[in-house]
Amino acid sequence: MSLQIISIILGSLTIASALMVVLSKHPIRSVIFLVVTFFFISSLYILMNAQFLAIVNIIVYAGAIMVLFLFVLMLLNLNKTSEPESTMLVKLSSLIAAGGLFLVLIAALKDSIQLSKTYTLKNEAIGTVESLGNLLFSKYVVPFEVSSILFIAAMVGAVLLAKREKQIID
Amino acid sequence: MGQDILLLTLIALPLVGFILTGFLGKYISKRFTVTIATLAVFSSFICALLLFNMNVKTQIVHLFNVVNFEDFKLSANFQLDALSIWMTLIITGVGTLIHVFSIGYMSHDEGIYKFFAYLNLFIFSMLLLVLGSNYFILFFGWEGVGICSYLLIGFHYSDIEKGIENSVAARKAFIMNRIGDFGLLFALFMLLNTFGTLEYAGIAAKINELKLSGLALPLVAISAITICLFIAATGKSAQIPLFTWLPDAMAGPTPVSALIHAATMVTAGIYLIVRSNFLFELAPFTKDIILYIGLATSLIAAFIAMRQSDIKKVLAYSTVSQLGLMFVALGMGAYTVALFHVTTHAFFKALLFLGSGSVIHAMSDEQDIRKMGGLAKKIPITHLTFLIGTLAISGFPFLSGFYSKDEILAHALMESPVLYGTLMIAVTLTAIYMFRLYFLVFHGKFRGGNELESHIHESGISMTFPLIVLAILSVFGGLLNLPGIFLQNQAHWFSHYLESTTAGLNEIDMHHLESNKAIILMVVASFIALGVMAWAYFNYAKKGKLAKEDNELKGWEKASNAKLYIDEAYNLLFVKPLELISKIIYTYFDILILRNGIFTIAGLIEKTGNITRKWQSGFLSSYLFWMLLSIVGLITYYVIKIQFWNY
Amino acid sequence: MTTEVNNIGTSLDFFVIVSIALFVIGAFGVLTRKNMIVLLMCIELMLNSVNLLLVTFSKYHGAADAQIFVFFIVVVAAAEATVGLSILIMAYRNRKSIDIELFNKLKD
Repeated sequence: MSLQIISIILGSLTIASALMVVLSKHPIRSVIFLVVTFFFISSLYILMNAQFLAIVNIIVYAGAIMVLFLFVLMLLNLNKTSEPESTMLVKLSSLIAAGGLFLVLIAALKDSIQLSKTYTLKNEAIGTVESLGNLLFSKYVVPFEVSSILFIAAMVGAVLLAKREKQIID
Repeated sequence: MGQDILLLTLIALPLVGFILTGFLGKYISKRFTVTIATLAVFSSFICALLLFNMNVKTQIVHLFNVVNFEDFKLSANFQLDALSIWMTLIITGVGTLIHVFSIGYMSHDEGIYKFFAYLNLFIFSMLLLVLGSNYFILFFGWEGVGICSYLLIGFHYSDIEKGIENSVAARKAFIMNRIGDFGLLFALFMLLNTFGTLEYAGIAAKINELKLSGLALPLVAISAITICLFIAATGKSAQIPLFTWLPDAMAGPTPVSALIHAATMVTAGIYLIVRSNFLFELAPFTKDIILYIGLATSLIAAFIAMRQSDIKKVLAYSTVSQLGLMFVALGMGAYTVALFHVTTHAFFKALLFLGSGSVIHAMSDEQDIRKMGGLAKKIPITHLTFLIGTLAISGFPFLSGFYSKDEILAHALMESPVLYGTLMIAVTLTAIYMFRLYFLVFHGKFRGGNELESHIHESGISMTFPLIVLAILSVFGGLLNLPGIFLQNQAHWFSHYLESTTAGLNEIDMHHLESNKAIILMVVASFIALGVMAWAYFNYAKKGKLAKEDNELKGWEKASNAKLYIDEAYNLLFVKPLELISKIIYTYFDILILRNGIFTIAGLIEKTGNITRKWQSGFLSSYLFWMLLSIVGLITYYVIKIQFWNY
Repeated sequence: MTTEVNNIGTSLDFFVIVSIALFVIGAFGVLTRKNMIVLLMCIELMLNSVNLLLVTFSKYHGAADAQIFVFFIVVVAAAEATVGLSILIMAYRNRKSIDIELFNKLKD
């Protein structure tokens, strides 16, 4: 029972912080709220016993990617809130669109969602490092290796794109 | 034997001449072009002479099948019989002479190769017309001569002063011919419907079959067919009501007038009716119509010719009048007599036209007879031949026109004295206007001024040679069909010649006038001709009575000069209403409905494009918004589908 | 070691709804915000919502394949964020602004 209450509380907090990401005026505050959101999502993962992923989420997402975002924000000094706001029309129409999407998706699940159902779980040990590692290095070893190539490509691309053009100063 | 090859060569030669002169004429020398064209027609004439000498029985030469179904065949067949050979002789013979004349007449014209190409094409079409063995080929030739007539009348379409006039005249000729052609087409359809075939022999055979077996003949259909054929004939042969194109067609060069409008094309109508004699014999009502229309045309045209002041227009109305005479003969059932007059008319009318061409050439292209006079001594050969032609057409004793007109008058007297009297009026009028023309042009004082007088010269040999040949023919042409009082055995050779081989003609009962009546007739006709000649000599040559300008004429002379206002009447009755209807349709239907409709559709497309163009704004958020909306729509669709229809 | 009934009591369906909500919020942010960096962050949010969904489904099926998939999604998201930020830096150098409405050259 208490687990259920905990999951509901954590879920609502996730949604609340996500909302703050979108709605806050300062870009730095958006970044901080996004980090908080990631922490909450990791907590949800732990609730579902996906331990490895929870940690990976924190380390990679909150630790690396968000730091990258912060770097860019700081380095280019984009903290000003002088960004013009979208017009009311844009806000209204996106609200309608997004709200519509939410309704439709929920409606799609109308008959299959029962909020009070509990499940018999077959195997509790999914999500541990061993089980994931087994799968990763046996069945999915090729994508694993290919992802390293992906990283190389991304690194090369990033360096090439962001390099400052050589100024002829002499 | 060689006859079919001769026949095909005969037809093919002018076609080859047309192709060669038409396509190569621009690049090869004038002399060469002209020779090719004339030789082509002359060779056809030689072939026709050979065929004539062989004295063949009726024969059909089959070339190929144009349409070949089970129950419906249209074939390109050519027929060799007396009628077609005779017409071929006239066409190619007079055609050759006119080609020779044109060498001299058109020698200074730029487009001379075109002229000869068109002339050859015309001869080819006319040969198709007379040599076909079914109405289908006749129709081909009919249309072909119509087109060539248009091309040749409007030959000088780019002339600075008269270019538009020429084109308008050509168009008028073509349109009036088309109205007649509609009659011919209709007749063709009805013939196919009634008899199932278009071959002359086939139709005659079917009629014989019906007569022999005693079944009823489709007389109503035949009457309708004959009326439509006659409508076609009025278009081509310039009878009432479709005759106003012929005087306007004088806008073309003189050899064209000689060939087409005197000797050959206008006789196509006569040929058509003679060919279909077995049909016309079964439709006495149509024959009456032909007779009266021919009579009326003859009188009206002769009346109009009395006060025309253009030398070619007088001859044009004379042609219409003579054609009227031929139609009167046809209306009486005297087919061979009509053809005899066709032959003699071809001779003297071509002679008269070519002579007038020579006169015009001598007068440096002046055509008004009020400016001529006293040309007799200056252009002697032209003068002599023109005199012979005038005498022939007026019925001067023992010339060709005398015999042919006499035959017609004899048959008229046999029909009814009233008819004879009316015809005599027409004949007298003919004599009057022809002698008026002759005396005004060649006698008296020259009225054209000194400038023109100094340029008067006799034409070259190429122009005078055909004149001489035609004059000889005009004099001796009457020997073809001498009446019985002159020769006992060989009389009416022409009639017998035609009757021997032409389908249907041998069945028509042709009785001739008794000897004493015939002599009286001839004496009367001669007196009238000589009397008119004397009167005209006194009036025009001695006294020189002549109206100077058109608006000085009064009364009947004014009506005659103004062509009895028939052209104006046609304009009011037909042309103006058509133009009005056309204008109404143009403004309301064309502009209002079609043009606006199309513009609206185009405008709609443009507006839609303008609207959808704004969608590509380049703003990412708008793109994403529409994507999201579409996804929402898609998912909604699937949800509803599954919810309500359970897959 | 299988237990018969596990009373963790958590209904997994709740997490599905949370995931949907996160996705929708991310979509709303992408449509509304004009700051390019915030835009990229909302895209990351959407990716994470998908991750959550996948983990939920892996719990449903009792198979860990979906979690491997989440792993790879994280990998790709990292690469994509890197490259996206470098493009953003270049764009900032060109236009001196990160307002997305100024980059409308896709129009033609």
